[in-house]
Amino acid sequence: MKLKQLESLLGNLQQFDNPKIELEQYPTGAHIASRMLYTAENSYGDVSDKVVADFGCGCGTLGLAATLLDAEHVIGVDVDDDSLEIASINADDLEVEMGLIQCQINNLNWRGQIVDTVVMNPPFGTRKKGADMEFLSVALKVASQAVYSLHKTTTREHIKRAALRDYNASSAEVICEVHILIHILLLYHNFDMICQNYTNFTRKKTLILLWTYGDLFLNQNNNLLHEKDIDVDF
Amino acid sequence: MRLLTHNMLSSNIKGVINGFPLRIEVEKVIEKQVDFNPDFLKNMFSKIDWKALADASKIMGYAELPEEVPDASVLDSDEFLQKFHHALLELHLEEGALVCPETGRRFPVNKGIPNMLLHEDEV
Ligand SMILES: C[S@@+](CC[C@H](N)C(=O)[O-])C[C@H]1O[C@@H](n2cnc3c(N)ncnc32)[C@H](O)[C@@H]1O
Repeated sequence: MKLKQLESLLGNLQQFDNPKIELEQYPTGAHIASRMLYTAENSYGDVSDKVVADFGCGCGTLGLAATLLDAEHVIGVDVDDDSLEIASINADDLEVEMGLIQCQINNLNWRGQIVDTVVMNPPFGTRKKGADMEFLSVALKVASQAVYSLHKTTTREHIKRAALRDYNASSAEVICEVHILIHILLLYHNFDMICQNYTNFTRKKTLILLWTYGDLFLNQNNNLLHEKDIDVDF
Repeated sequence: MRLLTHNMLSSNIKGVINGFPLRIEVEKVIEKQVDFNPDFLKNMFSKIDWKALADASKIMGYAELPEEVPDASVLDSDEFLQKFHHALLELHLEEGALVCPETGRRFPVNKGIPNMLLHEDEV
């Protein structure tokens, strides 16, 4: 599938109708989601024929992108049943299969080495402190190949340090940086990709995408903004 | 819920030691055809818990898998791979429950989605 086609399919997905602020429910825009998964597939071969988990899947954008890029089995996990219902409708609309599980990420307790790749846009931890680190630590346990995750650039050093020190990464390096323009505040932010190499043979590599703009999704009235309010331009 | 997913899930209740596999209570099973991918199946063969899959498949009404772990030489048989494919990826638990083998706690499955949320005293 071409990148443009993937982006346009993702752009038609239904997103949260009543986003729950305490769960940090902002969707990943089609532009970023398509590039994130496209890179995972075309530069790293981590999607097609693989088992992919989408942590905090919300309405399913990232996991559905994986199914569109021919992942063999995709499982989305979220605490929120309203989002899971939308994810299920989105999967039906695209005529693809995406497994869904209602669970707290920190209580997952999955067995074995079945999952190859985890993709996620975790809560940044602005509402529940440490939520991003919880997601990251579980993702690094579950994935046997790679984790692709979006984080605020301001937390980059912290995340690198924790990944290296606490979660078994042997190295971490930034391999890609792009800029995102957010009209509302007219600010530039960085979009980085970090590559971590693992010596552990079950975990060949782990990728972490870092990205910033989380706080900016709340406008002056503290309402969550939707994708259409934000113009992303590389 | 596919049986491949069932093969990874285990009871996540605090203090539970033998939480795998979750027992399946069936109300409704559906089948959805997917493309046959022999390489994927060969790769999965070493990763899945065979007994859990064979038992689950039987409960779901498909008793074609050998009960004991077959020798890896079966992977050369197309007939075997077809059955493995069907059990692992095409059978779905649509309505029912997953039951913790140690405590008997039921995790309901509605519209194919298992609810594994824990109560406060379970975490
Ligand atoms: C930033 S949104 C991302 C949604 C979706 N993955 C996307 O990219 O569009 C974060 C998601 O994580 C979910 N979430 C928040 N805390 C969670 C937790 N502890 N366990 C599981 N899901 C959680 C929210 O319900 C929300 O859907």
